[in-house]
Amino acid sequence: MEPIRVIEGRTVVLPGANIDTDQIIPARFLKVTDKKGLGAALFADWRYEKDGTPRPDFPLNRPEAKGARVLVAGDNFGCGSSREHAPWALVDHGIRAVVSTSIADIFRANALKNGLLPVVIDAGTHQRLLASPGATVRIDLAALTLTLADGTGAPFSIDAFARYCLMNGVDELGFLLSQGEAIDAYEGSR
Amino acid sequence: MPSAESSERSPRRHALSPRTLFEKVWDAHLVRPETAETPAVLYVDLHLVHEVTSPQAFSALRERGLRVRRLDRTVATMDHSTPTSAPVDGHYRFGDAQAEAQVAKLRQNCAEFGVELHPLGDPAQGIVHVIGPELGLTQPGMTVVCGDSHTATHGALGALAFGIGTSEVGHVLATQCLLQRRPRTLAVRVEGKLATGVAAKDLILAVIARIGVGGGTGHVIEYLGPAVRALSMEERMTVCNMSIEAGARAGMVAPDDVTFQYLSGRPRAPKGRDWERALAAWRSLPGDEGARHDREVRIDGSALEPMITFGTNPGQAIPVTGRVPDPARSGDPAARAALEAALRYMGLEPGRPILGQKVDVVFIGSCTNGRIEDLRAAAAVMKGRRVKVRSLVVPGSRAVKSQAEAEGLDRVFREAGAEWREPGCSMCIGMNGDQIGRGQYCVATSNRNFEGRQGAGGRTLLASPATAAASAVAGAVADARRVGA
Repeated sequence: MEPIRVIEGRTVVLPGANIDTDQIIPARFLKVTDKKGLGAALFADWRYEKDGTPRPDFPLNRPEAKGARVLVAGDNFGCGSSREHAPWALVDHGIRAVVSTSIADIFRANALKNGLLPVVIDAGTHQRLLASPGATVRIDLAALTLTLADGTGAPFSIDAFARYCLMNGVDELGFLLSQGEAIDAYEGSR
Repeated sequence: MPSAESSERSPRRHALSPRTLFEKVWDAHLVRPETAETPAVLYVDLHLVHEVTSPQAFSALRERGLRVRRLDRTVATMDHSTPTSAPVDGHYRFGDAQAEAQVAKLRQNCAEFGVELHPLGDPAQGIVHVIGPELGLTQPGMTVVCGDSHTATHGALGALAFGIGTSEVGHVLATQCLLQRRPRTLAVRVEGKLATGVAAKDLILAVIARIGVGGGTGHVIEYLGPAVRALSMEERMTVCNMSIEAGARAGMVAPDDVTFQYLSGRPRAPKGRDWERALAAWRSLPGDEGARHDREVRIDGSALEPMITFGTNPGQAIPVTGRVPDPARSGDPAARAALEAALRYMGLEPGRPILGQKVDVVFIGSCTNGRIEDLRAAAAVMKGRRVKVRSLVVPGSRAVKSQAEAEGLDRVFREAGAEWREPGCSMCIGMNGDQIGRGQYCVATSNRNFEGRQGAGGRTLLASPATAAASAVAGAVADARRVGA
């Protein structure tokens, strides 16, 4: 994984609460055996008409959303199924951070393993972001701040180990594999 | 790399202080406790694998030249992408070539890495969360994981069981461990006694409606109280299964004689002296007197009624005798907007009774309600009656199917005009050929009523097997307590 220090870019806003992983990527796209190209299926049932043409009013399809790197979403984003295809699809589409007032547990864990930064912020800052789609934000993982173009912003917190892994491009499996002796000892003690 | 040894958090409680069920299971599986810098290294006793969330994990192992660390703790089956139509001349007809290729990939991965697999046609094949308990693989006090959020089901036996993503599937395959922060605990205490005609599904839908779809985030739920104690093992599975629909990765019920009787004699349960030893250990698992949860919610089980969802998340549920809520009565603008959006998608009118709402399809099955007791409950309603709409009855496993056939339930369903199908996830997830159409209403015994969950544009109403069967007979949402009355 590429180390991540700062994510800077425009936002795209999906204000609804409880956006579940079946919306992020519907189940019919889970029949793949690799991770490639899932961005095309991102929010497929919201993003496209029945015949596959893009719905112009869907936030991701608006011209100002082109190249957006930060998804601002309603409370409890990513609830539902454990499909890692959800962060794979977001990352493949170019999203690098998801900002909300809360993010579902399994989605958050999956996001972190794919260099997709889950950012939980206060309700006030969240409201401002919801109200200004296309805003440019700067998310600094070293300083743990999300800053808007006017210089105002908010702190956010993230698990220390997850932050270390993201900032150093380390994957968790490497760490777990380094625990071989402890695992052997645990198995031997049972 | 931060050191795992440094600045270990002081244990929250003294080793001899009272502990909850969750704390006992958690503590017993710590290869390394968590520190401020690093999560706990948590050992996994049982890893269940299926075709949808495993191929990329096996690829990751292959790329790094890794093997599966504990083949004796890893069991695979096929359930999500598998067809539920009967094989023709021994050949299963898949929904499409991609589904077939995914299932073939699992077969190939299991052969290459040596993983025990229960493929299509195998007597032990079925939905991963149905076969784990059924085979006796899931046992009290274990840690159980699977790349599937409904792994919470296994908590019914007093295991700590939760869903993981594909990266973590790879971690467990390679190391038998996961990096985890200790979750908080939420006690859901259900007082009283469920009334006749109120099922476990009704109980969990009421719990989710009460605490909300994000109410359990960051928590493991322990279900307690007399109404929970009185549930059968399968009913407890239904309850724990939907913990994730309240945002909790896991739900647990302390093991008791109901659990032990269920497990006794199962193929993979301990035998003889091992059984006696296991039993002694399992009896020490329930929470100690005075053990405290981080939060507690109390529910009066006696006051519950059969429940059904009207919206697009499992928390949007009402008594089957109730009316569709009116967004205009919601004080909070965000809640009002969410409710309006849900009703628009569902095509339901505020204030109207949900009873009598037309239904196009009924689905009875899934890891929530695809076990033998569920099929018995549905058959009791359908017996001697005819269904008015397309009705699929899908056993959760081949063993459930055989048992149902031995009891003649398949005949009841067929004579009622319902489809008796092969085991699998079927119409719960709609990626196997079993789907509902755009705009169609489906009363389903599954776990998710998200937009398009059962097929793009489809509308799902979650309910118990009895409510689903009654609705099939009526061709509209019906109260099973009043069928034939």
